[in-house]
Formats: sequence, structure tokens, C-alpha cells
Amino acid sequence: MSTILESPPQTDSPAGGGTGPEARQLVVALAGNPNAGKTSIFNALTGLRQKVANYPGVTVERKEGVWPLGADLPPARLVDLPGLYSLEAASIDEEIARDLLTGRVEGVPEPDVIVAVVDATNLERNLYLVTQLLEAGRPVVIALSMVDLAERAKLEVDPDRLGLALGLKVVPVTAKQRRGLDELARAVVEAVDQRAPAAKWRLSPGAEEEVRRLYAAGAASREEALHDLYSETLPEDAERRAAVEEARARLSVADPRWWQEPLTARYRWIEQATEGAVRGARGERPGATERIDRVVTHKFLGPLVLLLVMAVVFQAIFSWAALPMELIDHGFGALGESVRAQMPAGLLTDLVVDGVVAGVGGVLVFLPQILLLFFFVALLEDSGYMSRAAFLMDRLMRGVGLHGKAFMPLLSSFACAIPGIMATRTIENPKDRLATILIAPFMSCSARLPVYTLMIAAFFSDVKVFGFLSVGALLILSMYLLGVVVAIVVAWILKHTILKSPPPPLILELPPYRVPNLLNVVQTMRNRSWLFVKRAGTVILTISILLWAMMTFPRSAEKPVPDAEEGAAVQAMRETGTESRGEPAPLTAKDAGETADEGAQLQQSYAGRLGRLIEPVIEPLGFDWKMGIGLVASFAAREVLVSTLSIVYNVGKDSDAESPSLIEAVRNARRPDGRPAWTPLVAVSMMVFFVLACQCMSTVAIVRRETNSWRWPLFMVAYMLVIAYAASFVTYQGGRLLGLD
Amino acid sequence: MGLAHTALNQGDELPKRAEGFAPATVSLDSLDAGTPARVLSVRGEGAVARRLMEMGVVPGAPVRVIKAAPLGDPLEVRVRNYHLALRRSEARTITVVVCDK
Ligand SMILES: Nc1nc2c(ncn2[C@@H]2O[C@H](COP(=O)(O)OP(=O)(O)OP(=O)(O)O)[C@@H](O)[C@H]2O)c(=O)[nH]1
Ligand SMILES: [Mg+2]
Repeated sequence: MSTILESPPQTDSPAGGGTGPEARQLVVALAGNPNAGKTSIFNALTGLRQKVANYPGVTVERKEGVWPLGADLPPARLVDLPGLYSLEAASIDEEIARDLLTGRVEGVPEPDVIVAVVDATNLERNLYLVTQLLEAGRPVVIALSMVDLAERAKLEVDPDRLGLALGLKVVPVTAKQRRGLDELARAVVEAVDQRAPAAKWRLSPGAEEEVRRLYAAGAASREEALHDLYSETLPEDAERRAAVEEARARLSVADPRWWQEPLTARYRWIEQATEGAVRGARGERPGATERIDRVVTHKFLGPLVLLLVMAVVFQAIFSWAALPMELIDHGFGALGESVRAQMPAGLLTDLVVDGVVAGVGGVLVFLPQILLLFFFVALLEDSGYMSRAAFLMDRLMRGVGLHGKAFMPLLSSFACAIPGIMATRTIENPKDRLATILIAPFMSCSARLPVYTLMIAAFFSDVKVFGFLSVGALLILSMYLLGVVVAIVVAWILKHTILKSPPPPLILELPPYRVPNLLNVVQTMRNRSWLFVKRAGTVILTISILLWAMMTFPRSAEKPVPDAEEGAAVQAMRETGTESRGEPAPLTAKDAGETADEGAQLQQSYAGRLGRLIEPVIEPLGFDWKMGIGLVASFAAREVLVSTLSIVYNVGKDSDAESPSLIEAVRNARRPDGRPAWTPLVAVSMMVFFVLACQCMSTVAIVRRETNSWRWPLFMVAYMLVIAYAASFVTYQGGRLLGLD
Repeated sequence: MGLAHTALNQGDELPKRAEGFAPATVSLDSLDAGTPARVLSVRGEGAVARRLMEMGVVPGAPVRVIKAAPLGDPLEVRVRNYHLALRRSEARTITVVVCDK
């Protein structure tokens, strides 16, 4: 069977070199408009025999499954694709689908048969893509979906008459009731090695005349002549190029919008083809959707509903995820302990426990939040609410030069930037998408919370303003706002400088509301989470091993002598640990000795040296070298600051943000001149730094994957660091000028 | 509804179905919500106009404005048999003929 790229379709002799369907595995692709019901059919046909991967370079899911066609046939390879409106792709999703359909994706052969999924309630627009698919030359079978909805809307579609008019087999399929699946299999097997019927739509007489002239002037086929005439690129051959330019000149005299003719002509033909096959009220919207939208996109109620939805999602992510996150955290802690107990003490054990186990735990601890977030995102997408949110927010988002579709990714980023960045793929314009990706990490994610918690617990725990407002809560709120404000400013600057492009157009379908298919939702959730674990996992693991090494080497042969102030700090900590606070289990002599060793080792290590090295740079922000170690270490992930500070202050690295001994240690830490290392102002400066700096290896990794280059992730880290530094500088120095220190 | 918004080019022909009435033409962004109309022409150029037409906004297609978003923009428009959100700036490039009831 010849490939599309080598020979023009519909000109050579009928394809048929194949050995028949019995001998090889068929490749069948599901194509259709977004929301047409492809994945539902895919699930019904493949059951659980499916696997999910990503297309090279982008996070667009690639679903493949095995479709048992019948008793005496080998099962087919079925590929589910992202939805697309046209083969002239506008977004990455669409590009992927188009490339696969035309055999341009490596590792997936060109499909033998395309199953075009056509939504019966919305025939005309769905058939536009079909007119294009036919021209790609592959055999096409139509699976007519949503027939139940059409019936309910008193819309009758006669599949046989429609099939006759289109020259294709049309099979009504109801995935949920598993109706029409066998007929679909039969139709696909029959269609193999049949040619797609020649295009029947015709241009206006004037335009047809020009096509004929181009054909006479040397175009290989009618299709090629059409393509030459209307494509954005002109043919290379000088003579043909001249002929095309002349033809266009003639056409534009008669009609300045001559280029619209093929689009209009396809719809003219579609209207004819459907006329006899469709009967009944050309369906109004299902009443339920109308009624829901009366509230959901209402002038006043709409924004309120949106706020409510956001609140529920947030609440769920923060509160429901807390317990499993803690369990995972403790589980990995326990695992580390038991590994340490089983293995002989030594470097290898340290590597396994502090590098590998801690690293894997560091990835998996986010899994509950990511699962929940994807659960809600899938639910909102599948029900149809997501596009309403974009509809409501578009005006605001456009104010900063972003797309309404950027709203949900940014909202997701409050939980975690990684799923947020993965969700930007529906934004068509690459520059808008990139701008959204670049500002997503400014949204205060859940990993910043431990840092905020520690700072507030240490310095603002009982402070109130006006007698009732807790300063801690106000500070956390300000940190969230700071992130949002900086994101808005940066987005505006990016969109007016390096990512300059006209304001993105919004052309967004508002589909009817549907009860989400739980299987779909669970699958989406599972697939995306797994992709996260695989992708972020490898990077975080590498980085945490690297960090472990930096904090472990070089090893000091004998116990290093802590310098005087260090001794004092350790001493002070121990005293507070045993005297002023009774409740935390006082450190036993042995524990204290171990943690002191850990602290000393850390200072000796490369990480410690790096901390000292950057001290002059971070001094103006109010930070000393110990905090510097924390900054260096938390570059892997923000919450690492807490465990690193615990090591630096010798309170054992398993302390968490609310551990009393760590809080005391932070309060009592001293500088060489005896001043306290931390003040409320330093704490605020630290929080500001953590709001704005991109300290998250997983984010860097995901941006690398999504943009397919190192350029943008490195740019992101650099510019966020500059902003974080500047903001902390202003906070600390400004605060000192105001006498707040 | 006046003819103030008319932006007919020489090449514009009324679609066949519109023949017979005295047609009132307006741009889609100034079409009153709920008034049924048909597309007369898509005046935009480039990718946006092409995408609109691929999605069925071609001369002759039935359209109706449903409502505007809370901040006045974008618009929810019913095109053929589905609903589409698009901005006023894009809607302005679409000329429609108001249908008789
Ligand atoms: N009533 C009804 N609902 C359907 C039918 N087929 C699919 N759905 C629902 O329509 C929605 C979209 O279906 P999907 O299978 O996800 O559509 P898709 O074509 O894969 O969508 P994209 O992947 O976004 O392009 C889901 O909520 C389905 O449950 C059908 O035949 N009847
Ligand atoms: Mg799908």
C-alpha cells in the first residue's frame, strides 16, 4: 500500500498490494471533533486492553488499544486521538492528530482505516472534517455518536441515506450501551483496501474553471490543482507558480474573498448531503443545558458559581490530600529507617536512604494532590464546565494579554505547577501558551506552605492586628496575592516584549453539559498522574541524589570542631530543647551527638561551602550562610528548606514545619556577632523569596519537556531568581529603613 | 435595526435563502440577543477567519447571539447546531442578515 506522501491520492490505480486483512494487524485511528465521543467508543472497543503514552516532545496523551475485530481476524491496533476541527491544525493537540492521520508520527504506521466519529446532534460541523479526511485518501468509516441525544431532541438521522449521500458506511454507535460495535468492526474490515470516494463537492463555476486550467497546465490531479490554488504555500516550480498566481489574480478581481470558496463549498455540499438524511426540529439545545447556563454564565451568578467551584476544588486539594500526603511521608520515613536498620552503616546505606528513598518519597508525596487535581480537572472538562470558566474569565485574562483558556492551568498551579503546565496544551498560540507556562510557577503552590508555616509559627504565631486578625493568616494571604500580582505584571511584560503577538483570538465551543463519564474521569486521572510520576520522578531522583552527594562530600575524617558561635547555637538549642519546652521528647545524649555530627558534616560539605560562598550575595536579603544552604538545597523542591534547616540547626532532619524544636532553633539561631539570625523581617524576606523563586526541579523538568528545549526552563529559573532577589532585597532593606528590623 | 453597520463589499451577494426579504444587515456583535440571523460574509483575513469558517460560520449559516459574558465580552453565539464563544472583535468581522420571524 503506497503512502500518502509519495503519491497523490486518487490518481494511481486502486490500492490493493496488501495481502488482505487476515495476514497483518490493521491500524485503525479514531478521528473527530473535540467531544464527539471518540474516547467513549475507544473504551467500549478496547475494554482494558489499552496503554497510554505521550507523543514525542509534548504531553499529548497517546492512547492505544487492542480491538478484537472478530473470531477469524487478528485484532486491530486502535489509536485514540485528540479532537480536531480541521486538518489545518491550530493547536498542538490538533497537530498531533493530523500528523498521525497522515502517517507523519514516528512509531505509528499510517492508519489502514480511519473511523470518523460524527456527533449526530451536530452533523454539519462534524462532517467538515470528514470532507477533509476523505481527501487524505485513507478509507473512512463513520461512527455516528450521540444518536440517543439526537432522538431526545427529536432529531432523526437516517444512517443509510446519509451514507449514500456521503459515499461512506455510516454506523450508529452508542458506546455506553455497546450498540453498533459489531457493525462497526464489520464495516472497518470491509473498508480495508477500498479507496475513499472521490470528493463530490464543487467550487463555484469560476473557481472550478481555474482548477481545470491548472490541471491542464500540469498539476497531477484535481486535488493537487485545488491544493496549489488555495494553499498558503505556492508550488516551487516557477511555471506552475506563475500559473497559480495568475489564477488567483483573476479570482480576486471577481471576489476579494476568493480564498473562502473551498470552505463555503464544502459546507454547501454538506448541507445538500444532510438535507435528505435529517428530519425533525434541527434540535434546540437540550433544555437542561439552557437552564444550567442561565445560572452558570449569568451576569452576577456566573462569577459566584465560579468562585464556589474554585473554593471547593481548593478545599478538597488541601484538606483531602493532607492525610494521604502525611501517610506517604511517614511511610517513606519508616521505609528509610528500616532500610537503615537492615543495611550496614556506611555511604551506600546513606545513598539509598537519604538519596533514593527520600527522593522517591519526595515525588510520591505530591501524588494525592495531583490525583485530586486531575480528578477535578477531568470532571470539569468532561461535564463541560471548563469552557464556561474560560468564557467567564476571558475578558480579565485578555487584560494581561492571556487567553481565557489560560485560566484553568493557572488555577491548577495553586495546587502544583506541574499539572497546571501540563494543562496549557489546549492553548493554540505557542506564544500564549509559553507565557502561561512561564508565569504558572508564581502561583503559590502547596509546596510553599511548609515554608510559610515555619516562618509564621516561629515569628508571628500569636500576633494579631485590630485584636482579631491573625497576622499569620494575613501574611499567607499576602504571599498568594504577591504571586498573582507579579504573575500579572510579568505576563504583561512578556506579552509586550519577547512573546509579543496580537491578542489571542477566542474561538471556543461551549458544549452541552453532560454527566461526566466516571470511567473517563478515572482514566484521565490515572494516566496523567502516571505520566507525572514517570517524568518528574526521574528528574527528582537524580537531583536528590546529587543534593545528597553535595551534602555528604567531602567527608571529614575526624569530627570537625564546630566554631564558637556554632557551639553556642547548638548549646542554646539543647538548653531550650530540654528546659524551656517540656513536651518534645528531649534529645537523648546519643541523638544529640548524631544530629550535631550531621550538622557539622553539612557545614564541611560542598553544600555548606556553597552556602558560605553565596553569603555575601544573600546578605543584603537578610540571610546568613546557613540559610544559604537551605536556599541551595531547596532548589530541588521548596519544602526541602524545612528539612535542611533542621539539619543545619542540628535538630534532626525529620522535623517538620510545626516541630517545636525546629521553631525554637530558628528563634535562637545567632550570627557571629550575637545578633539573632532570624527576625520577623528576615522571615518575611524569606517568604517573599520563596513566593517568587523557581525552586522546583520538577517544574523545570516539565517545562523542558513541554517546550522541548532547555532554553525556556533556564530562562524561567533565571528571571524568577532575579525577581525573587529584587523583591527580597526591597523587602529587607526597605523594612530596615522603616526601622522594622 | 438600521443599515448603519452595513459593510458590503462589491463582491457580496446575498445568500439565496435571504432573497425575498428586505434584509437588515448588521455585524454580529451588534445583533440583538435572541434575534435569528444568517451569515452574509466573513470579512476577516488569516487564521482566525479561516477557523471560524471551518467551524461552520460560512455565508448562509444560521446564527443567533445568546448572551454576553458578565464583563460584556466575549459573546455566546449559536452557530448551526452548537454554541460558540467568541470575542466582540471577532464578531465584528462577521456580517449577518436578520431573518424574518
Ligand atoms: N448521551 C451520549 N453521551 C455520549 C455518547 N458518546 C459520548 N458521550 C459523552 O460525551 C462526552 C465526551 O465523550 P468523549 O468520548 O470523551 O469525547 P472525545 O471525542 O474523546 O472528546 P475529546 O477527547 O475531548 O476530543 C462524555 O461525557 C461522554 O460520556 C453517546 O453516544 N451518547
Ligand atoms: Mg478523547
